[in-house]
Amino acid sequence: MRLSKTTEIMVGIFVLLGFIAAFLLALNVTNLGNLSSKQSYDVKVYFDNIGDLRTRAKISMSGVKIGRVSRIAYNQERGQAEVTMTLDSQYKLSIDTQASIYTAGLLGEQYISLEPGAEDEVLKSGDVITLTQSAMVLEEIIGKVMVNLTSK
Amino acid sequence: MILESVRNIGHKTLSIFQRVGQASIFLLHILGGIKSLLLRPSLIVQQVYSAGVLSLLIILFSGLFVGMVLSLLGYVTLVEFGVEGSLGVLVSLSMIRELGPVLAALLFSGRAGSALTAEIGLMKATEQLASMEMMAVDPVKRIVTPRFIAGVFSLPVLTAIFMAVGIYSSFLVGSIWLGVDEGSFWSQMQANVDFQHDLINGFIKSFVFGVVVMWIAVFEGYHAIPTSAGVSEATTRSVVYSALAILGLDFILTSIMFGL
Repeated sequence: MRLSKTTEIMVGIFVLLGFIAAFLLALNVTNLGNLSSKQSYDVKVYFDNIGDLRTRAKISMSGVKIGRVSRIAYNQERGQAEVTMTLDSQYKLSIDTQASIYTAGLLGEQYISLEPGAEDEVLKSGDVITLTQSAMVLEEIIGKVMVNLTSK
Repeated sequence: MILESVRNIGHKTLSIFQRVGQASIFLLHILGGIKSLLLRPSLIVQQVYSAGVLSLLIILFSGLFVGMVLSLLGYVTLVEFGVEGSLGVLVSLSMIRELGPVLAALLFSGRAGSALTAEIGLMKATEQLASMEMMAVDPVKRIVTPRFIAGVFSLPVLTAIFMAVGIYSSFLVGSIWLGVDEGSFWSQMQANVDFQHDLINGFIKSFVFGVVVMWIAVFEGYHAIPTSAGVSEATTRSVVYSALAILGLDFILTSIMFGL
């Protein structure tokens, strides 16, 4: 069967449009665009309580996003939560960096905020951040306030 | 009287089983034609034109307006809580997970599936299929398989176009007309839409819908009663069954993919 040239051209345009659409979706809409190509390294951090922290949560330094939480597990030996952070290689952090869990806004997601340290030595892949501050859990705060109020 | 109605129920049930069996065997027959089809790809190109390219207009316009409406309604609700920056997430997730695959499949079954049923049904009514058999040409391989494969290929392509047009039109309404910050619109979207979990699953849905819509359309056409009333009935059934199958399967697929 011979196809007319217009049919072939139209089908070609159709298929190309589909590919362009899928490409735009993958790069502009999903996380594919900002994950690939960048070099990264993993740093571990231990918290007593991580609250509602989830994997893929933001890690920020002075409010700038520099990485993501890639794994959360419970470490039995230490009796603490072990959080693995994947950080962008272009950011070098000193070994006395402090990590805290904050909440974005009143009802927002929880994220890890890093405070820069003063040491010259920098963290390498697989290192552990020791200075940490756990998540604020609303029930604990209420509990403390109640104790304070009743003890007066 | 009672005996009669019991017999009727039994007859109905058995005929349902028979139809399911026929449809399954028919699907195997269609898939069996793929190998010989590879030697004549021009048959598929012709059918991609009539199933895919001709459906492009309705898909483009529906995507445009669905995206705009979603953006408008989402904005009105989100702005009350001061989180209109999440508009991009709302629109893109609902577009990619649900509305894209489902609406594109429903439109496709109405635009391409019904036409296919009527075409094959009319071929049967005018005995074109029977005359092919007389010439030792298998009408399933020659007529049905290319249409089936072309449809299964076209629907995911149309769905991708539908999703992209919907998301960009929602950007037009939300960000350019209503003034949601452009940066938070895109960055929150990229932060919350996962390539594998959302986009790939959306396309898997769309592929499954494509198979189901095409299967129902060609089966109803091929087994239509060869009269004008029979063909019209088959066309109606094709659209109704496709819509029900799409929505039912969507619930099952969603609960597997996105349910906890």
